Amino acid sequence: MNFDLSEDQQLLKDTFERFLKQTYGFEQRKAACAKPEGWSHDIWREMAEIGLTGLLVPEAHGGFGGGKVEAMVALEALGSALVVEPFLPTAVLCAHLIAKHGTTAIAEEYLPKIVDGSALLALAHMERQAPLDPANVATTAKPSGDGYVLNGEKTLVLHGDSAQALIVSARVAGNQTDRAGIGLFLVDAKASGLKRQAYATQDNGRAAEISLYDVPARALGEAVAKDGLLALEATIDLGMACICVEAVGAMAALHALTVDYLKMRKQFGLPIGAFQVLQHRAADMYIALELARSMAISAMMSTDEPDAHKRHQAIAAAKVQIGRAGMMLGEEATQLHGGIGMTMEYASGHYFKRLTMIDAQWGDADHHLGQLARQGSLLSD
Amino acid sequence: MDMQLTADEVAFRKEVRSFIRSALPTQIRDKVAAGGYGSRDEMIEWTRILHAKGWSVPHWPVQWGGTGWSPMQLAIFDDEIQLANAPQPLAFGVNMLGPVLYTFGNEAQKARFLPRIANLDDWWCQGFSEPGAGSDLASLKTSARLEGNAYIVNGQKTWTTLAQYAEWIFCLVRTDPESLQPGRKKQEGISFLLIDMKTKGITVRPIQTIDGGVEVNEVFFDDVRVPVENLVGQENRGWDYAKFLLGNERNGIARTGATKEKLRRIRQLAQNGYEGGPPRAHDRRFMEKLTAAEIELRALEITQWRVLARVAKNPKGKPDPASSILKIKGSQMQQCATELLLEMAGPYAMVRKSSASDAHNQPPVGPEWAAVTAPQYFNYRKVSIYGGSNEIQRNIIAKAILGF
Ligand SMILES: Cc1cc2nc3c(=O)[nH]c(=O)nc-3n(C[C@H](O)[C@H](O)[C@H](O)COP(=O)(O)OP(=O)(O)OC[C@H]3O[C@@H](n4cnc5c(N)ncnc54)[C@H](O)[C@@H]3O)c2cc1C
Repeated sequence: MNFDLSEDQQLLKDTFERFLKQTYGFEQRKAACAKPEGWSHDIWREMAEIGLTGLLVPEAHGGFGGGKVEAMVALEALGSALVVEPFLPTAVLCAHLIAKHGTTAIAEEYLPKIVDGSALLALAHMERQAPLDPANVATTAKPSGDGYVLNGEKTLVLHGDSAQALIVSARVAGNQTDRAGIGLFLVDAKASGLKRQAYATQDNGRAAEISLYDVPARALGEAVAKDGLLALEATIDLGMACICVEAVGAMAALHALTVDYLKMRKQFGLPIGAFQVLQHRAADMYIALELARSMAISAMMSTDEPDAHKRHQAIAAAKVQIGRAGMMLGEEATQLHGGIGMTMEYASGHYFKRLTMIDAQWGDADHHLGQLARQGSLLSD
Repeated sequence: MDMQLTADEVAFRKEVRSFIRSALPTQIRDKVAAGGYGSRDEMIEWTRILHAKGWSVPHWPVQWGGTGWSPMQLAIFDDEIQLANAPQPLAFGVNMLGPVLYTFGNEAQKARFLPRIANLDDWWCQGFSEPGAGSDLASLKTSARLEGNAYIVNGQKTWTTLAQYAEWIFCLVRTDPESLQPGRKKQEGISFLLIDMKTKGITVRPIQTIDGGVEVNEVFFDDVRVPVENLVGQENRGWDYAKFLLGNERNGIARTGATKEKLRRIRQLAQNGYEGGPPRAHDRRFMEKLTAAEIELRALEITQWRVLARVAKNPKGKPDPASSILKIKGSQMQQCATELLLEMAGPYAMVRKSSASDAHNQPPVGPEWAAVTAPQYFNYRKVSIYGGSNEIQRNIIAKAILGF
């Protein structure tokens, strides 16, 4: 057992951290959030230049060919800086789906553009009637000419507002909740019949509601055109593992910020960190953080577990631990800061908001705990 | 980064598992599985089985009966002991005194005591705490005055676990009374003495704990003569040895294997049901609590590996302050498992076993296992008090890790 980074991975980590330190201070982030799209294209281009956007794209398509550890390194750094640029949907979810399941034509068209930062993509799989059940799909796909036409509505499509293309789950056969008969399709965001309603999320993210009316689409890949649910679920699990790691980055930064504040802020003639009651709360936050880190590592290391059930169990378990820890750290950090923690001007509240939204994303701690409780033991041998 | 055991480690685990499971007498296993402890004789029997295999003191230097296993192998061995419901070898000799002796003791002490610890020929107990010196251990007052070739010891120790079984006690005593004066460091007048429990002037008085058991005692010293050759290391340096000992005590403190075994048993009971209740597996609230405990235990287990991996790189280094996480969370998880068992027993947790059945030779009331859940639950409150209370562990995290 070994929890160290290789030399190359450490180098990567240093590069990302250095980059974010230079380009992504709190004020710089605020400026990025204030842009019309809610994030900065300039920073996105720079992220491409240092290899972030192409991190998970195979080398054959010009990417870095990184795996789960490289993803972990990147997401922890992005989490600690609260990066709002569309890394997850473009560089993780869609890059993964295209690299793994896309046709050669789609891979050749999009992957190099993900690497150079010119492509923005989003994954549209949630529907309003059951946002947490990827198998509950009312959107339909019907063959038409060489391709398909899609009809239906998708909700909470992260960064769906700026994406140039969307990967959409749609039903080719069966009833609305059947596991079989769900395909994955690539849609041009400018296609006729596609409408989107853009909005901001609580944590300065962006999202869109998407409606599809006879929208022309291409199958993402041959195999996933008819039965894409397993691929979609694996991708959602990857996304969950990624936001778990991102949360650990955010928690660690928030904890450090809080400890620094306790040492600096004086009341009653003393740094408030001299009060044991606050030291112990900071210690409990630290414990929660380290347990969360352990589970985030486990989640990420499970993303390529071949047994889908085991994979999902490990990642959902991490989502429970991280969801709870994130809320705890967010609430405690806010309390320990006093009034300043309540202000938009100060960073801690932004971490709190991101951590709260990470819990909400793809099912919160209670949701996954409820599901896991019906599935048998999580104990290893 | 790699979270798998190596092939060699997997094979090692298999070997250890198959030995322990076949060699452990079933009546001892059943007792431990039911939440009890082995008797004195059973502890001796089990230690000698391990000793015959060469495994009773695996972490000691090979010269003194150790195995030369890696930190990972040692952790696997510990885990397997717990998973098999085997008694942990008696910590006072094996984990506490042994390392102090082979690190700071003289050759005569090593030769005299170490082999007898490894074979549990001597039952050792730990005489550190006093009525006035708990968390603030260094304020201890039990005195030892040198008279010719012996120390004369006077005072009282308390909370001394299983002193009623013990042949020997290792004690922290004050050899420099001046060190308690203002302006002096109270840590600097303490020595580490080995005392034969049969010596004249020692009285042991049992303390009954809230679970009804008697595992701790008061030990009184009234002009007890201790030969000077029973001083470990140097006079007035005992605090250094004690700190070393307490640092070692925190290894393996998380007891994840034991908790895992309990949670496994709880799930089994939940699924099978038992006389007096429908299977708890249908109780969603209970199953969610159990699942949350399993998840948290997994998080603790991985955290323990992470600490271990760090320690393995520098095995001779200082104790890692992150082990305080393991103590706090490990004790909380042990307590959580006893809470779940208590809850599982439902109303049958109320029955006090000895009063209902043993005394009158009548059939047990409710399931057998249920009658021990409440005593075990009460007893396990101790795990967050001893070994450095969880508040003291938070102080350590605050100072050594967070820099307050
Ligand atoms: C079952 C059992 C077995 C034991 N076996 C042994 C044994 O074999 N040998 C032996 O020597 N000792 C033994 N002990 C003693 C044990 O080590 C002490 O109980 C422990 O050190 C706590 O001391 P105390 O009981 O005096 O509590 P106190 O130190 O008085 O603590 C009372 C409360 O105050 C808190 N507290 C104390 N100081 C601080 C501080 N600075 N900051 C914040 N909170 C603080 C504690 O956490 C606790 O909650 C045993 C205890 C138990 C319960």
